[in-house]
Amino acid sequence: MTVDPTTDSAVRERLIRAIAERMIAHADELTALDQAIGDGDHGLNMKRGFEAVLAAAPDLAARPLPAALAEIGKTLVMRVGGASGPLYGTLFLTLGKTLPERPSGDELIAALAAAVDAVKARGKSDAGQKTMLDVLVPVLDDLRRGGDGVPGRLADAAHAAAQATVPMRAVRGRASFLGERSIGHMDPGARSSALMIEAVVTCLEERA
Amino acid sequence: MNANVGIVIVSHSPDVARGTADMVRQMVGDEVPLAWCGGNPDGGLGTSVPDIMDAIGRAWSEAGVAVLVDLGGAETNSEMAIEMLDDERRGRVVLCNAPIVEGAVMAATEASAGSTLDEVRRTAEELKPA
Repeated sequence: MTVDPTTDSAVRERLIRAIAERMIAHADELTALDQAIGDGDHGLNMKRGFEAVLAAAPDLAARPLPAALAEIGKTLVMRVGGASGPLYGTLFLTLGKTLPERPSGDELIAALAAAVDAVKARGKSDAGQKTMLDVLVPVLDDLRRGGDGVPGRLADAAHAAAQATVPMRAVRGRASFLGERSIGHMDPGARSSALMIEAVVTCLEERA
Repeated sequence: MNANVGIVIVSHSPDVARGTADMVRQMVGDEVPLAWCGGNPDGGLGTSVPDIMDAIGRAWSEAGVAVLVDLGGAETNSEMAIEMLDDERRGRVVLCNAPIVEGAVMAATEASAGSTLDEVRRTAEELKPA
């Protein structure tokens, strides 16, 4: 028995709650990471956005998956209040726009690729600049490779990728003002992306 | 209807945004549609996409609107807000890559002379760091 968020609204609701609750639970940690190299609001901003998502979870889950994803994106854009709002908002909005209601594996990968590209455009950034893209890009590549252990192995890949931002030097966002001093800290956006991927993977692996 | 380009000031801090708007009003006068916003949706430091969209509406001019921002998130949120405007308005709003206070005063001065949106932006952006 597998869990399928495309056909089952109860699975969609569990998935939405899992993501939102993970972000809210890690708000203090994300803020602490952001205090080291940013403006110290990442956790609070994500918490504000995902509290709004959590409050709307039953309503969101009642929609088909693409519409639910687009509405999550819009909620984040409107509620987060920092750069992570438009960045995560664009990720979800693009997934919602690109994903068919019953995607094949290839269509899922294509939608994720479009969403990651949209985040690159929104942030005028790419992998290697100590951002959330340093998690999203390698995890997408790993998903493309396929093979054994998907999706479970993607959570490990995401956390390893977030860890790999520690020695990077930031060239985008507020952290870039610190130059060399941004080295030695994990990027908060990379951390929140890894947590989000882990929440999705864990939820999808649960037996229905 | 005011034919001059409108100016919107977007700061993480409502105090900075309001203070910048006060300076524009005192130095340039009332000939330019002007609006400001600052603070996240809970009133803390940050910016808010709906507030930015609202400020663009308040400063709206058929000649367009120039937006001045302070730091990272204000820029990203302003870009997002502009994209979410109606098709008809979206193409007539520009972000100026300029320091917020000096840029707002320079942009408003240029706008008060009846200059085009492009001229207003160029004048503000003459201030950008090399």
